[in-house]
Amino acid sequence: MSNSSSPLLEVKNLKKYFKTPKGMLHAVDDVSFTIDRGRTLGVVGESGCGKSTTGRAILRIVEPTEGEILFDGEDIRSLGKDQMRRMRTRMQIIFQDPFSSLNPRKTVSETIAEPLKLNGIITDKGKRMERVAEIMEIVGLAERLYNAYPHELDGGRRQRIGIARALALNPQFIVCDEPVSALDVSIQAQILNLMDELQEKMGLTYMFITHDLSVVHYFADDIAVMYLGRLIEKAPAKELFRNPVHPYTQALLSAIPVPSIHNQRKRILLKGEITSPVDPKPGCRFASRCPYASSRCHSEEPQLKEIAPGHFNACFLNE
Amino acid sequence: MAEKTIEIKDLVVEYRTRSGVVQALNGLSLSIEKGKTLGLVGETGAGKTTAGLAVLGLIPSPPGVIVSGEILLNGKDLRALTDKEMDQIRGDAVAMIFQDPMTSLNPVMTVGDQIAEAIKIHEGLNHGDALKKAEEMLEMVGIPRERAKEYPHQFSGGMKQRVVIAIALSCTPGLLIADEPTTALDVTIQAQVLEMMKGLKEKYEMSMLMITHDLGIVAEICDEVSVVYAGRVVEHGTLADVFDNTRHPYTEGLFNSLPNIENQAEKLKPIRGLMPDPTDLPLGCPFYPRCDHAMEICRTKKPPKVYRNETHFVECHLYNEQNIGDKEEKWR
Amino acid sequence: MGNTSSDLSKKYKKVSPVREVMSLLVRNKAAMAGLIFLILLVGVSLSADLLFDYESQVVEQNISERLQWPSAEHLFGTDEYGRDLLARVVHGSRLSLSVSFVSVLASLIIGGILGAVSGYYGGLLDEIIMRITDIFLAIPMTLLAMVIVAALGASTTNLIISLSLSAVPTFARIVRSSVLTVREVEYIEAAGAIGAKDGTIIFSHILPNCIGPIIVQTTLRVAAMISNTAGLSFLGLGVQAPAPEWGALLSAGRNYIRDYSYLTFIPGLAIMLTILALNLLGDGLRDALDPRLK
Repeated sequence: MSNSSSPLLEVKNLKKYFKTPKGMLHAVDDVSFTIDRGRTLGVVGESGCGKSTTGRAILRIVEPTEGEILFDGEDIRSLGKDQMRRMRTRMQIIFQDPFSSLNPRKTVSETIAEPLKLNGIITDKGKRMERVAEIMEIVGLAERLYNAYPHELDGGRRQRIGIARALALNPQFIVCDEPVSALDVSIQAQILNLMDELQEKMGLTYMFITHDLSVVHYFADDIAVMYLGRLIEKAPAKELFRNPVHPYTQALLSAIPVPSIHNQRKRILLKGEITSPVDPKPGCRFASRCPYASSRCHSEEPQLKEIAPGHFNACFLNE
Repeated sequence: MAEKTIEIKDLVVEYRTRSGVVQALNGLSLSIEKGKTLGLVGETGAGKTTAGLAVLGLIPSPPGVIVSGEILLNGKDLRALTDKEMDQIRGDAVAMIFQDPMTSLNPVMTVGDQIAEAIKIHEGLNHGDALKKAEEMLEMVGIPRERAKEYPHQFSGGMKQRVVIAIALSCTPGLLIADEPTTALDVTIQAQVLEMMKGLKEKYEMSMLMITHDLGIVAEICDEVSVVYAGRVVEHGTLADVFDNTRHPYTEGLFNSLPNIENQAEKLKPIRGLMPDPTDLPLGCPFYPRCDHAMEICRTKKPPKVYRNETHFVECHLYNEQNIGDKEEKWR
Repeated sequence: MGNTSSDLSKKYKKVSPVREVMSLLVRNKAAMAGLIFLILLVGVSLSADLLFDYESQVVEQNISERLQWPSAEHLFGTDEYGRDLLARVVHGSRLSLSVSFVSVLASLIIGGILGAVSGYYGGLLDEIIMRITDIFLAIPMTLLAMVIVAALGASTTNLIISLSLSAVPTFARIVRSSVLTVREVEYIEAAGAIGAKDGTIIFSHILPNCIGPIIVQTTLRVAAMISNTAGLSFLGLGVQAPAPEWGALLSAGRNYIRDYSYLTFIPGLAIMLTILALNLLGDGLRDALDPRLK
């Protein structure tokens, strides 16, 4: 165990490229950030911005192309297959789709017991059953669902199974990949509250990936905004919502439909759509849609700089 | 009173499946005046989409059965029409756009041809003229006319949804039913598409039924809103009625489940429990098992409509003519 | 919670998978009919020697009784050499069933493993395995069998080898394509994230979810094997006369189809009923194994 005041996760210059027939896809391009213990980093962005790939690359579910990932001070990219397997007991993931992330042929208890069994944490079957029942209670699954199959349950309960599976190993860190996007609002709130409680109770650190800004605003301590594989702005949640600096963040915030008829915010409508991150042109990736783009933005790539304590931004406009 | 484009009265629709009778709509009523937009809000399984399909006569049958009720389009009873007459109505007087733009387009036909096809069927134009009109439609939804020769896979999600909207609007229908039209899109693209729909709606004086789960979108684009729960409208009113004078506990619950952008510290108050099993609905108020204010009467008796004013009503035993105005207006 | 482990295991004891599948299968009448037919068939073929003596009743010719229509004495009639058709069909079931079952099983195991490995790992390995199976698919089965028999000599074992080889590519392809679909589903990623090794992922998560197409293909293959055996026997590459085998009986009977149609009808019926029973059982098994259909 290293010093507990150091950040739990430190990502440095993470890159993940995919070879595609059209060229090299820069899914994650030179992304760096840290997450402190017990905190939640929200990662937001639109489809194709590389947020999910970043989460998976950190767990090495997809192998990063370049960069350093320090988990509790340990460089996990240097770990061998077996060491990495042991490391995964400390870092877990919750998936977006509660339908496809559960094996339809395994019962609730089998799914939750599997990590305990595979990692040899509880070898005694009876003890394992006890532990499974305990975890089910923690995530709010009725004990009678012990032998139920996923298809018999609704989305909210299935997502609870996914959370239980991740919790079974007692991890310190959980990547939450859009965990509530597929759920109805009333169920979404139940799951968010559950995750909130669990964080408090178990001292969890979350990386919360989502496209929904209102959810991330509610849930995260810090927010990182991604656009086409790049991290373009990062700040404490309140600060980011109060004072968004990057033109993309501003547009993104203004585009959220607010459930109120007294909304005075002016909407910034962006031109065009997200281009693909295949062999990106030099310069800022947002330049083609940016209302403030200058010639410099088309030739030079802005770097992430700290503009206020804890507030990072990658745009020439505010330098 | 203004002319009504569509009026649904006490519609009851069931899906009779092997595992039981799904009561999708249980006396759903709604009406939209010419040029107005009604938001139909509810969660998965509330019957929103069934209501839209019923208007188009597209409820899959079997297992779907319209048990009773009336659907009046411009005063004409749609349930009395033959299949052939219904074909003429679809696309001409009513059009529908679906949630997923990826699957609503034919991948092996150019975008221009797909729009032209709809125009040919309904307006009897020849191919050349129809294609020309199709290009105009594309421009209207913000796509350069040159792209009419391209295939759907060459378009992004937001562009595809624009094409779908262009097809739906190509015959200038009086009523557009939009079933979660922006759910599959990213927020910035959603903002673009909503803005465009708002403009088109005004331009054509079209009535619109906006089916959505997102109260934010309702606030954005609708004039009135109906909250649907278990196949019935449990609260209905203008935006000001429903958003600022919320009465029904379910509507209240929906608002409290949403993270509030203005106030982060506020804890979410989810609605407890789950949607009732549509094959086995509660006897009384369908919401009572989840309701914090449930009383004995809620279990056994269906709540009647109680009006707060001419436009706003709820179906809830908490209220009667005397007390419904009591609650203070709140600022959300 | 006050649960002790013994409480829990009593309360939520899981029925053994075999018993669970059986209890579901019993509810499916068609599948049960298929299963009972197959059990009877296997029983008959195992006790063939007790029912009919091979030398005197199956092989020995008796020209005086040739081509007799079914009667009380010869329930299925006699063939052109006067041999009792019932005895030949019963003894033939041994060869037909064992050859087709064994070769299907062999090709299922080999093809299944190749397909699973190929689909799961992808890349160069996939490329190599798939190109080799392509080559085998391009060679006509008969030609392949002729080569093998020419090299190793005509015998039942070599027949099984050539039949198995001919079916391996199909199984490899089917398993591979199912694996490719299942591999992309998130629960496979989830299994990796909780520390499952490749073997666990393939055998505990991927293959059980590919079982549907595999079972269907297996039952269809058994049927194809019976007719392929017949074809090869006809060319003299398979079962050697006078040993009885259903396909051989069928092809022998075709010379007399106009006047003595029972000679083709009866072995044909045996083949058809076996295939039908297998298909019914296969479909029932596929459904019983799927928790979503409970």
